[in-house]
Amino acid sequence: MSEAQPLRPTSVAEVQEAVRAYPRLRVRGGGSKPALSTPQEGQVLLELGSLRGVVEYDPSEYVVVARAGTPLAEVETLLAQHGQYLPFDPPLVEQGATLGGTVAAGLSGPMRQRYGGVRDFILGVQFVDGTGCLVRGGGRVVKNAAGFDLPKLMVGSLGRLGVLTELAFKVFPAPKATCTLEVAFPGLEEALEALYRLAGSSIELYALDLVPPATLVLRLGGLAEALSARLERLQGFLARPAEVWQGAEEQGYWRSLRNLQALGPGYLVKIALSARQIPSLEPALGNSPRRYLSAGNLLYLAWNDTLERLEALLRTHGLAGLVLRGAAPQPQIGLDLEQILAARVSAALDPEGRLASSSVYAAQN
Amino acid sequence: MNPMLAELERLFPRGRLLTQPGELVPYESDALTAFRARPLAVVLPESHEEVAEAVRWCVRHQVPYVARGSGTSLSGGSLPVEGGLVIGLNRMNRLLRLDPKERIAVVQPGFINLQVSQAAAPYGLYYAPDPSSQPVSTIGGNLAFNSGGAHCLKYGMTSNHVLAARVVLPDGETVELGQESLEGIGPDWLGLFVGSEGLLGIATEVTLRLLPKPEAYHTLLAAYDSLEKAGEAVAAVVASGLLPGAMEIMDALAIEAAEAAVQAGYPKEARALLIVELEGEAPQVEAEARYLEEVIRQSGAYEVRVAQSSEERLKIWKGRKAAFSAVGRLSPDYIVQDGVVPRSKLGQALAGIEKLSARHGLRVANVFHAGDGNLHPLILYNGRVEGELERAEALAGEILEMCVRLGGSITGEHGVGMEKRAYMPSMFTPEDLEAMRRIRQALDPLELANRGKMFPGGPPPHPSGPHPLEKAGVIARE
Repeated sequence: MSEAQPLRPTSVAEVQEAVRAYPRLRVRGGGSKPALSTPQEGQVLLELGSLRGVVEYDPSEYVVVARAGTPLAEVETLLAQHGQYLPFDPPLVEQGATLGGTVAAGLSGPMRQRYGGVRDFILGVQFVDGTGCLVRGGGRVVKNAAGFDLPKLMVGSLGRLGVLTELAFKVFPAPKATCTLEVAFPGLEEALEALYRLAGSSIELYALDLVPPATLVLRLGGLAEALSARLERLQGFLARPAEVWQGAEEQGYWRSLRNLQALGPGYLVKIALSARQIPSLEPALGNSPRRYLSAGNLLYLAWNDTLERLEALLRTHGLAGLVLRGAAPQPQIGLDLEQILAARVSAALDPEGRLASSSVYAAQN
Repeated sequence: MNPMLAELERLFPRGRLLTQPGELVPYESDALTAFRARPLAVVLPESHEEVAEAVRWCVRHQVPYVARGSGTSLSGGSLPVEGGLVIGLNRMNRLLRLDPKERIAVVQPGFINLQVSQAAAPYGLYYAPDPSSQPVSTIGGNLAFNSGGAHCLKYGMTSNHVLAARVVLPDGETVELGQESLEGIGPDWLGLFVGSEGLLGIATEVTLRLLPKPEAYHTLLAAYDSLEKAGEAVAAVVASGLLPGAMEIMDALAIEAAEAAVQAGYPKEARALLIVELEGEAPQVEAEARYLEEVIRQSGAYEVRVAQSSEERLKIWKGRKAAFSAVGRLSPDYIVQDGVVPRSKLGQALAGIEKLSARHGLRVANVFHAGDGNLHPLILYNGRVEGELERAEALAGEILEMCVRLGGSITGEHGVGMEKRAYMPSMFTPEDLEAMRRIRQALDPLELANRGKMFPGGPPPHPSGPHPLEKAGVIARE
């Protein structure tokens, strides 16, 4: 552990000073993903919690700009007052997750099924790179093609390319009414067949989750007056008995799912995949609690075995994962996604490895 | 023959290496026709390996190069570098894999945008990004410039629909970026690559995401006696909480041009037309249409038409999609601008454009993606009149600066290219540009890949002037 006191910058200039002053830093927003924000040997903790607040929000623009340390809860409350929401549905809201941490970890939730994930909604970014320079990329309008797309580059960057200080997002009007269907299938094969049929159909779902062993949870949203007709059609499409929830219970269900910590004990891991990989992966995951989101594109897993076993398993299946909770020497596990472009761009933005994770740093030196 | 070219001749057979002036002419310019440059040669690779070979040849001989698809760039993005190499990718035009179950298409860079949707149509799927150039523009070019279209507010741009790409880096090495999943782990390297305007590499294989076709459309055309009213109607639609797939506005000049070109049946006396399209599940679209009708009724439209069939819908869109080329009927030359303003500043921006148009004495037609604030002023000029091109460029520049002042961007979907590079400093600080330049140099220290684009500076381009045959009186544009 680091001996030094955490740094708590209250301005962008102080972030720049910190990056210039300390050779090795680890950034923390709300600390809701401890595997990503716990300083490792020689790293000084840079806490961004004081760099918070919404900078610009005009509901008619569908754009919100906020400092990176702003808690998601604060942003969501403000948006909800105007009937809007963050369509990528970030997790860990009530656990204190911030906008910056969500972007750096690249996390989206079940509702990403409807309009896309965090990479699809980030519009602009301001960050302090590894040389202490303040850099802006993207913009504050919903459409923009000027310059390199640095906002997207920062999604999933884990702070290794720069310390995020301000972010701009596209937001959307929230569905006026929602309802949820839970449909059980005899086995995984049948559940996946239905998942594929739904994903390839013109039925527009806010969520399309697979809960192992063989249950689909679907969320419909839109205008209240059209919802019952759509629900009926969806039930007809599935041709299976389903449990239907509406109202406060339904809302509470999805809210509780955002607390990934509650999935189960052990390592909390995000895995990116495709639905076609699920049949071979499923038997290997044993009894570790898990849920597949967005038509099988995203798996959140509470792994209750050793990290080495998971690492090996992911490599066997050609998958990459990100450890969010649990001691991991290197949070990125499984398939090695590094390549020469990654190495060169990282070196361009952080030539001295001030923001690199310790294992990357060790490899460079 | 010079030894450099002799070496290139060993790499590319006759017919796929063009060096004769007559063969090079078609590659001298792109859709920004005001400029042209003569390349040293054009190569037409047919494989990933040949693209890599061409790039390595450029590195060995320090020859700048540009990769090119159909050359529809409106920002001069595929304008050759004078004396450089053009890597023409139109022969790499195969659909490598279509997987309807996984909703994925893998294509070569020369595959045409519209053909992706055509190939996917039998499975009820389509490729969402729909730039107006889609019947001719290639996926490789769409990737390089992060092309948009009429549906960006709801569906995003090209970048939001690309899952993976095989890329030849500027040093000739190959990397695979992205994967088939919609989610990623680690920095979004593919996100950085898409929209990098050919500066960070050449995609040779692209994995695209396909979407299920919406079940129902509701396409409405509203006519107004002022542009302002149409703009206010857009704001009212947004305020009502609806999220249309597209909202488009055309002004009187654009309407006149579109009518003359494709007879879309637009109300000819309208000062402004608004197209709003809802799409989705039929019961939802029906319910939304009732709200939309109410909003439009209150917006002061003097005529409202709703497409009753897919033929009527396509007719409404035909005029809009043809508007750019149709303006060619009103004027021998024009520049298409691509600035973006916050939606609430649309009215202010249009008034500003009108004022600038009057001051410079040049007509401006407006066609724009109102839903996302992306303006497309078409600045009409005659390149044969001394000084008109310069006036048109000055007017275009002032429009861009106004867009930035209003909190927007110098480009929504055409990219910076050669055309807007001088305006990058009005949007980005020297530190921002320096960081982008560091990224570029880390991958391309000699700055060979599409040199002269995106970054400010560099030699000024050559105005093309009239075509040599036109000058000689052999052809005419009347």
